[in-house]
Amino acid sequence: MNIPYTVEERPDSGLANGKLGIWLFLASEVMLFGALFSTYIILRTGATEWPHGELSVPLGAINTVILISSSVTMVMAWASLKMHDWGKQRLYLILTFVLAGIFLVNKYFEYSDHLTRGEGPAHSTFLAIYFTLTGLHGLHIVGGMIVMAYLLGPGAKLWKHNPDQFTNRIEYTGLYWHFVDLVWIFLFPILYLL
Amino acid sequence: MEKTATPGAHVHEHPHEHHEELGFWRKYVFSTDHKVIGIQYAITGLLFLLFGFGLMMMMRWQLAYPGKPIPLIGLWLGQSRAANGIMLPEFYNQLGAMHGTIMVFLGVVPLAVGGFGNFVMPLQIGAPDMAFPKINMMSYWVYFIGGVVMLASFFPTTGAAQSGWTSYAPLSIITSTSGQTYWLVGMIFLITSSLLGSINFITTIVQLRAKGLSYMRLPFFVWAQLVTSFLLLLAFPPLEAAGILQLMDKVAGTSFFLPSGLIISGKPLAVAGQGNPLLWQHLFWFLAHPEVYVLILPAMGIVAEIIANNTRKPLWGYKALVYSVVFLGFMSFIVWAHHMFMTGMGTTMSAFFQTTTMIISIPSVVILTALLLSLWGASIRFTTPMLFALAFLPMFGIGGLTGLPLGLAPSDIHLHDTYYVIGHFHYVVAPGTIFALFAGVYYWFPKATGRRMNDLLGKIHFWGSLVAINLVFAPMFIQGMAGMNRRMYDGGAMYQYNAPVLHWNVVQGYAAWTLGLFQLFFIVNFVMSIKWGKAVDKNPWEATTLEWSAPSPPGHGNFLTEPIVYRAPYEYSVPGAAKDFSPQFEPEKA
Amino acid sequence: MSSDPAGVRASIRKYVMIGAALLMFTVITVAVNAVHLAVPLAITVALIIAIMKGSMVAAVFMHLSNEKKWIYGALLLTIGGFLVLLFVPLFTLMDTTGTHVPAIGGGAPPPGH
Repeated sequence: MNIPYTVEERPDSGLANGKLGIWLFLASEVMLFGALFSTYIILRTGATEWPHGELSVPLGAINTVILISSSVTMVMAWASLKMHDWGKQRLYLILTFVLAGIFLVNKYFEYSDHLTRGEGPAHSTFLAIYFTLTGLHGLHIVGGMIVMAYLLGPGAKLWKHNPDQFTNRIEYTGLYWHFVDLVWIFLFPILYLL
Repeated sequence: MEKTATPGAHVHEHPHEHHEELGFWRKYVFSTDHKVIGIQYAITGLLFLLFGFGLMMMMRWQLAYPGKPIPLIGLWLGQSRAANGIMLPEFYNQLGAMHGTIMVFLGVVPLAVGGFGNFVMPLQIGAPDMAFPKINMMSYWVYFIGGVVMLASFFPTTGAAQSGWTSYAPLSIITSTSGQTYWLVGMIFLITSSLLGSINFITTIVQLRAKGLSYMRLPFFVWAQLVTSFLLLLAFPPLEAAGILQLMDKVAGTSFFLPSGLIISGKPLAVAGQGNPLLWQHLFWFLAHPEVYVLILPAMGIVAEIIANNTRKPLWGYKALVYSVVFLGFMSFIVWAHHMFMTGMGTTMSAFFQTTTMIISIPSVVILTALLLSLWGASIRFTTPMLFALAFLPMFGIGGLTGLPLGLAPSDIHLHDTYYVIGHFHYVVAPGTIFALFAGVYYWFPKATGRRMNDLLGKIHFWGSLVAINLVFAPMFIQGMAGMNRRMYDGGAMYQYNAPVLHWNVVQGYAAWTLGLFQLFFIVNFVMSIKWGKAVDKNPWEATTLEWSAPSPPGHGNFLTEPIVYRAPYEYSVPGAAKDFSPQFEPEKA
Repeated sequence: MSSDPAGVRASIRKYVMIGAALLMFTVITVAVNAVHLAVPLAITVALIIAIMKGSMVAAVFMHLSNEKKWIYGALLLTIGGFLVLLFVPLFTLMDTTGTHVPAIGGGAPPPGH
């Protein structure tokens, strides 16, 4: 039994199933992070005092640069596949994976810096929302890395017998990854700068 | 343009599948077939409904006879729950919180959406399966795990969650039981399951409709499921976020929802503070209000299908129904704080929410009216599903109307947190949605099993349940208007002003236990009919929608030939036609 | 899907340019922060820049600028829900119309309130 429009697009919607599916998933993610942003706004406007300068702006800025670059390499991976350049795609995908890893390493340094000084989430409302927002974001990075590892590893076999479906999967992973980047684009100024 | 695979055609060309016959586990347990998954959801949902009902029957004993040992099972419950068989207040609160949680999240929605949606929707749109069958399977098992976690919460000595299904902070956080933590973890699983399901439903409806099945030819059941899925997709994530925040408050010592200066039993709470309890309420109700439309919309869809079929005429106002259900979906996102009128909000926002709440009643009334008008001039067949579907109309009417004074702040001041509220929402969900779900079971059982359920047992189930359920919930309006608060483990006996209405607790107790007895007729009927029900063929109800063109039960891939749709969904009694129904899937005679 | 090599190569140029623009805006954001503006202004500027960056990622990297109706529709609905979630609870909590707001340090409401 074959599910139609797994790879080719349905004429009236112009979409393949996975494209609609991933966008719907991202819509739900907007609402998930939205609730946390709403939490931030309500807690901050209701607070008598709000800390400044507790986070390292340079480290945050570097991480922003890293994530934006990983977004570029991710979209380049997809573009390479559209040009049937398998090798370039793998290179860009590995680059994306590595950049994501570096982001997480930086986050590890940031977290341990606070935690070793006894400044955990319980320390203040600011740190509570900081750890929760960046922690959830970090989990999403890990999730993305797992998917990339799959597409670099066992999932790569799909290119042999259904290259279009594999290309779609890279595209959908890219969409997810750009969303993760997008969340950080807002997180960085809100948590580190304002 | 690449040749698109047509549903059914593949099965037609290759009657024996490429892959080998699946083993027992892949076929019946870890199946990716939407029909198996739908049945799994339905059976699990029905079992949870029964369990949640059992919890309530115990509560009803305590309310009718406060302080008396519970018969039969009292001593078996253990000293931490019922000292010498007498229910402890903490246990009463656990029963209350878990009854609500289980009925809403583990019972009704999995049955209405996971069960009926999964089984019927792909068949009604002519699809071979869901768009993402593996994700479908995953959504069931994640739900299952969530259910296990919720049930497990009863076992630690401190007991299950006991701060209401609404888990308001700070009480839910400061109550020193691990049950609330289990609740939060369980909710995260359930919400994840729901999100996976809603992505699947929307994609399937948009992408896998059969040839000729335009949006305005969709059965109303499918429209209801589509809107429901959007509600689940967008409204559940904030509760997932809130659950994570409350989990952190409980486990990591944060104070998202704990204000500064909170003193408990004379001691200040050692947290950073600066949190906001109302933040929890906003995030919770942002989901929980659309959730009630998730509870009612599939039910309306089921009732619509059954009414059309058993009146032998098209539904009145199909376009009005569709526009109403879509408008209802939009509005449901901006009414939630009518659950919070008493939290100290100012008059501007109160006016905003009252206005949106009044506006949202309009599409509900349009839908109910359209279904009612569909009966006019009809040739009604009083089959068992039709009895339940007909009863839904006035029951939902009562439920809906009693909601109006709650949606207006001045009257809500008197009625908030009283039994009036409990009466209102149970009328919509119990003789409302659950009756519609029973109707759906009787209606689609033949499609799923190839056998009918027994009609006499069905009618006894119906009449007994209808009488008993009204006796359970109607007195609650009286009690509520007298001021009887909800969630009181002694049934309100501690307050003098409740004295005139206390006797209703006894009436409601017996009505609830009677209601339980009548469910036996359903359970026995259901189980026996699987093996010994009268065998039926494809279309025993002489219905018009696509699912009735597939075999009963449908095989892998659903349809023997590619389904094509030629007309609107409810073409009954077409003038000049040979039969009194013109199915969507039958071509015009040349 | 545009699968002709020339079309994809043009897209690649666009991706690199947008990437550079994003990095530039990041630098601007950090620089603006160093100029200590008044809080409301600082928030406004930071959000404007973030929205611009976000729009570039969405429109170009996520190809949203030439996506299909269903995607737009779902996203529009989502943005609406997002804005409601962000602002309505805040308005509700901040709305003290008709209630007595005590002076700093507490104080009994005047008679009749």
